Amino acid sequence: MELLMIILIGIIFSVSTYLMLTNSLLRVIFGIVMLSHGAHLLLLTLSGFNDGAPPLLGEEASVYMDPLPQALILTAIVISFGVTAFLLVLGYRTYRAHETDKMDQLRGNADE
Amino acid sequence: MSLLHYLVLSPFILAIFIPFLYKWFRNVHTGWFILPLPVILFGYLLTFVTTGQGMEVVEETVPWVPSLGINFTVYLDGLSLLFALLITGIGALVVLYSIFYIANKKDEPLNNFYVYLLMFMGAMLGVVLTDNLIVIYVFWELTSLASSLLIAYWFHKEKSRYGAQKSMLITVSGGFAMLAGFSLLYVITGTFSIQGIIEQSAQVIASPLAVPAMLLVLAGAFTKSAQFPFHIWLPDAMEAPTPVSAYLHSATMVKAGIYLVARFTPVFGGMPEWFWIVSAAGIITLTWGSISAVRQKDLKAILAFSTVSQLGLIMTLLGLGSAALYFDVANEGQYYTFAVMAAVFHLINHATFKGGLFMAVGIIDHETGTRDIRKLGGLMSVMPITFTISLIGLASMAGLPPFNGFLSKEMFFTGVLDATELPIFNMQTVGLMFPVLAWIASIFTFLYCLIMLMKTFFGKYQPEKLEKEAHEAPIGMLISPIILISLVVIIGFFPNILAYTIIEPVMNSILPGFTFEPNIYHWHGLNTEIFMTVGVILFGSLIFMNLNRWQETYFFLRERDPLNQVYDKGLDGLITGAQGITNIQMTGLLRDYFAYMSVFMVGALMFTMFWFDAFTFDVNFGMMGSITPYAVIIIVLLAVVSLALPFIQHRVSAIAVLGVVGFLIALLFVNFRAPDLALTQLLVETVMVVLFLLCFYFLPELKRGDFKPKFRWLNLVISISVGLTVSLIGISALSLSQTDGYESISMYFIENTYELTGGKNMVNMILDDFRALDTILEVLVLGIAALGVVALIKLRFKGGEDV
Repeated sequence: MELLMIILIGIIFSVSTYLMLTNSLLRVIFGIVMLSHGAHLLLLTLSGFNDGAPPLLGEEASVYMDPLPQALILTAIVISFGVTAFLLVLGYRTYRAHETDKMDQLRGNADE
Repeated sequence: MSLLHYLVLSPFILAIFIPFLYKWFRNVHTGWFILPLPVILFGYLLTFVTTGQGMEVVEETVPWVPSLGINFTVYLDGLSLLFALLITGIGALVVLYSIFYIANKKDEPLNNFYVYLLMFMGAMLGVVLTDNLIVIYVFWELTSLASSLLIAYWFHKEKSRYGAQKSMLITVSGGFAMLAGFSLLYVITGTFSIQGIIEQSAQVIASPLAVPAMLLVLAGAFTKSAQFPFHIWLPDAMEAPTPVSAYLHSATMVKAGIYLVARFTPVFGGMPEWFWIVSAAGIITLTWGSISAVRQKDLKAILAFSTVSQLGLIMTLLGLGSAALYFDVANEGQYYTFAVMAAVFHLINHATFKGGLFMAVGIIDHETGTRDIRKLGGLMSVMPITFTISLIGLASMAGLPPFNGFLSKEMFFTGVLDATELPIFNMQTVGLMFPVLAWIASIFTFLYCLIMLMKTFFGKYQPEKLEKEAHEAPIGMLISPIILISLVVIIGFFPNILAYTIIEPVMNSILPGFTFEPNIYHWHGLNTEIFMTVGVILFGSLIFMNLNRWQETYFFLRERDPLNQVYDKGLDGLITGAQGITNIQMTGLLRDYFAYMSVFMVGALMFTMFWFDAFTFDVNFGMMGSITPYAVIIIVLLAVVSLALPFIQHRVSAIAVLGVVGFLIALLFVNFRAPDLALTQLLVETVMVVLFLLCFYFLPELKRGDFKPKFRWLNLVISISVGLTVSLIGISALSLSQTDGYESISMYFIENTYELTGGKNMVNMILDDFRALDTILEVLVLGIAALGVVALIKLRFKGGEDV
């Protein structure tokens, strides 16, 4: 299972890098979102899967899934959501101010 | 703090008060307030002069950074005393001269001038009087700084700024190299004290770091003392006011390098590398400087190249004299110490006649308005006192009897002739170069002295070419050069007044352990040196008489040193090269920067993994989760949808597909039994899609097809390699984590969640109880993001447009 997941994560990382290398601001934000998806899945995968129960003690199972990476991912999801939301509004402001979403037109002045 | 510490610091202290004195006493020339200081210091230093062997070494320490072994240690021995006397003595004369030279109190910023000059004087006293290498370095850089400030005193002139920048760059680079050399010496010996290093000189020479340390220290000494090929800053430093040129660029600062070489002779002396580098650099500088001086048309430029050449002469003698340390003290070594004595004697002589000559040139410049020898002429009867001063100074510089220059030149010839008999370092074969080059250089020295004299004071007086009516200078301006030239004559006739008072203690510091007979006589009998001097005079006069014939040659017409081209081209090349590199790499495109980062990270990670042979694929399938068809379907779907994302033309479809990706990931979380994650992911993804669509709704109309950018192979390669790297490292990490034998710490949470917290949901208990600090900060992040969003939408600094 883990090997399949790792291949999937490689694909997601490739796609996100490709998106971030493109010219459109919206696509760069897409790339960042994909990158955080990839990172979350990587966190989950590398802790290893067992065929245990969900980490709820009420299940009274003999084997549980590892609860620690889940807690870490939960934190990461919320943080990346905050950052993405901010980035989106920033992208929106950029559109309003410059009427373009082309990265090569958003280069700043020569003096900067 | 002893009196000697205050002696070093007193110029700095006085410098603080100069601007106030300048402002409050506008009617008095500020120089008069300075003048007493160097006079008092000179008088105080004179009390240390004793006759005979009994020069008492004074050493006083004030801790500065004791934990690093950096102490402000004042160390006064013969060598330091000689330099300190030169600095304060000539300093006093220069201040007196400058009072009359810069007589215009209204137009000139005198406060700047004297603050810089005092700063220089203090720094120079610090260089020669301290024993700690780091303290010396600090004062050394202060002299560079003060020198640059003084060269650019008339900063509205382009050439002044050019000269200041050049001298700054060259001397500071050399100083920096010197600091590196000092650090190496510290590594070898474990002390910053020069005396401590001298005690361990055998250990220094034996060390493999000796040659690098020596080269770096010499780099500092050669740049400061204008040795070939670093001499190019000195002629350009002539843009400074003449008192500055007389003080800094003939008598004191340029001798700081000489001082350093003399100071380090007991450490490195006896090493063949030291002997060869110092003497060869000296003899090349001597020859090059004297030949270059001949073709100059500006009086100060002639003197600048002449200074270069004379410094080369002193350096040669110091290099040759260091051979004495190669021998046993008791045996033949004694014989070769003569060169060092000649160096010390010429050092004093050069300071006297070169200072006097610079002041004389300053007078000519001041009273006629030009320094160009093609415009001057026939000033002998107009300026008789200046003429006398120049005549004696030039005769001494050329090495004519009965002045002091004659004595030191004879001693110089003796030194180079002795050197050819050295039974070491191949000197009996290659060593013949030294007397030959020295003799040629002396001919040119004689020649430029003769040119200076004849072109300025003889020939026809041309008042129409001069800016002012030429007349003799005021008496105040003449006092200093007269004192210096009197010294030239006095030392010339009675050289032995210096022998036991000054020269012997100096020799004791440069060559410790030897005994000396520092007697200097005018007449040695009919020996080789006398014939060499006669030859110099004959050949020099012969060339001068035929000067008109080859004055039009290419060599004569070109005044600029060809090495200036190397410097100028090098500096320009450095600037354009740096700009070019910056322009290539700093494109201003986010895409390029991201590509750099990705390529670097992939390269660094891949290299590290290969280097340590860390790629491993032996995964234990038994320890992994079982593959379920349900999960495989989601994974394949996710892969297909992700891969489709870059190919979507339309923005709304892309947002929808991104949403699909998020929901599929939520399904994966469900599959891997992470209910809280699945919940959050669903919620967050929904809000995110809504946000994306909301943003999109307000976006301006864009042309169709704009959204999908051009395909680039390079981007594809970079992104595939990033994905590949992540996958490979992931697999390696997974297989290594299976074999390392460390258990997860999660068993603790599983066993203790209910006992410790009373909750049954382990993930929530970790978030809120075991690791609640993360959660608090995460809430803070969310709050800051929300405030940022509000601020971005509401705030308008330019006014006007609102959403």
